[in-house]
Amino acid sequence: MSTETQGPDLSGDELQGDRATDRNIKRLLFGCASITVLTTIALFLVLFDNAAGYFYGARIWEVLIGQESFRQTVSFSEFFTGTRWAPVRAPPAHGVLPIVWGTIVITVGAAFISLPIGTATALYLSEYAKPQNRNRLKPILEVLAGIPTIVYGFFAISFVTPIFVSAVGALFGISVGRYSMMGGWIVVGTMTIPMVSSISEDAMKAVPDDLRNGAYALGATKYEVSLRIVLPAALSGILASYILAISRAIGETMAVSLAAGYQPQLTANPFEEIMTMTAYMVSLARGTSAVGSVEYQSLFAVGLVLFVMTLTANLFNDYLKRRFQEVYR
Amino acid sequence: MSTQENSQKLISTEVQVDERTHDGSADTVVSAADLSVYYGDDQALSDVSVDIPEKRVTAIIGPSGCGKSTFLRSINRMNDRISMCRVEGRLQFNGKNVYDDDVDPVALRRRIGQVFQSPNPFPKSIYDNVAYGLRVQGKADDVDLDKEVERALKQAALWDEVKDKLDSFGLDLSGGQQQRLCIARAIAPDPEVVLMDEPTSALDPVAASKIEDLIEDLAETYTVIIVTHNMQQAARISDKTAVFLTGGELVEFDDTATIFEDPDDQRVEDYITGKFG
Repeated sequence: MSTETQGPDLSGDELQGDRATDRNIKRLLFGCASITVLTTIALFLVLFDNAAGYFYGARIWEVLIGQESFRQTVSFSEFFTGTRWAPVRAPPAHGVLPIVWGTIVITVGAAFISLPIGTATALYLSEYAKPQNRNRLKPILEVLAGIPTIVYGFFAISFVTPIFVSAVGALFGISVGRYSMMGGWIVVGTMTIPMVSSISEDAMKAVPDDLRNGAYALGATKYEVSLRIVLPAALSGILASYILAISRAIGETMAVSLAAGYQPQLTANPFEEIMTMTAYMVSLARGTSAVGSVEYQSLFAVGLVLFVMTLTANLFNDYLKRRFQEVYR
Repeated sequence: MSTQENSQKLISTEVQVDERTHDGSADTVVSAADLSVYYGDDQALSDVSVDIPEKRVTAIIGPSGCGKSTFLRSINRMNDRISMCRVEGRLQFNGKNVYDDDVDPVALRRRIGQVFQSPNPFPKSIYDNVAYGLRVQGKADDVDLDKEVERALKQAALWDEVKDKLDSFGLDLSGGQQQRLCIARAIAPDPEVVLMDEPTSALDPVAASKIEDLIEDLAETYTVIIVTHNMQQAARISDKTAVFLTGGELVEFDDTATIFEDPDDQRVEDYITGKFG
């Protein structure tokens, strides 16, 4: 009844301007957040559209406006089971397996280098290193992470393959060419170490000191605390770093094409040249292939496969995170 | 009235202490001689000398920042974990100076258990928490692990509550149960001394009183040294009390009854009666 006279004025009428600002800020932030979502959707549509052109000889939009109709140009069975990849040769061969194999073998080989070394580095930094050593090592790792990947490629061409891989090859009596699978392992493995070590170290540092104290007070050694307390408690973060490093290795382009080469083949010989999916794309996507040509559209088909592979890795990462989430408090 | 009962009880405890001392059974387990601890340039303990008797509860009380916890950590050399920390003087465990060059802190800690201020069970099962000490100390193969885990949980008055769910997560227990789990973990490897750093300060009064009862029982088997903020707690459960005051000085050490009823030092009386601190 007499709301105007009883109690303080809490209507907030004088806050109108603040509320408008609040709403606008919210719109701005939402706008920024939607950019990434829209980009992802657009990227996927472009990939899918062009890949349709590769398999069915027509882009989806061309069919939608009635300009073209679908006709199978490359069969899925050839694409996914064929063992020869040469879409631009005559006669063309559309088996994607050799370059998928190239990507997988490089990724797995690189993981054998980056995961153990990265984890050990993280354990050293988080549990063993004196503060002054830690402070010296961390910036170096960050520099390693910041080197452009093309520079790693030069490193592979000028040092890793001609000096290191050749020397190892000589032990087996194999002469190594300019490119080699092993060179790819070493370069991609090395460049993903900082990713594993820095994210894993953050995860280890986040393990509450109470847990370490509890173990030390029971007469555990540093090794036992590191391995039985810190490592399991930090597992979800460590796994996340592994998946990130693996995704990075799958998508790595410049360094791997300069290190491992351009020869698509299904080989297990680490001294031979191979080709990854990314190397195929970078070697063809230099502007010489005409838009709409088979080689142009094959880029998108391969890109779609790559996209699905990294997406799977990321989904797997989410699953692992949920599965192994350590609850410590 | 209750105060009087309390002091009656404390006095009778004191008489008992004296008898046992005459038996020679209350030997000194931990003794400090002119122990000083520094963090960088700050002195946290200054010239502390004290003899802590075997199989008794010794309470360490004093205002915040008086070096109580520092003293506790210097016994099992957990201070080593703090860089900048420097120790002078002697701290003897069964007659051996633990700061001698030939002492491995890992070996020392295997004979001195510790319970922390807030419960810190490992993110593992109840069973694995209790078995952890035995496993890292390499005793798991020599003993019947199941039996030792059961024994420790019984001593920690937790067995009846968890015996049917030993595989469940230690962190799923309530705060008081977690702290008793930590006590079980500390005593499972059968240490000689159990250090407790304000073990009930993070718990509700009911859980705290369970732990207090437990501490008195533990003193039949172990030497218990407990840091506490809570003077009533010290009066209730300890046989001996050491009062530290600001500056890291040990002002008085005596039977608990004496400290609470007739302290020598005026500052101790002021602190106990709440005039400062």
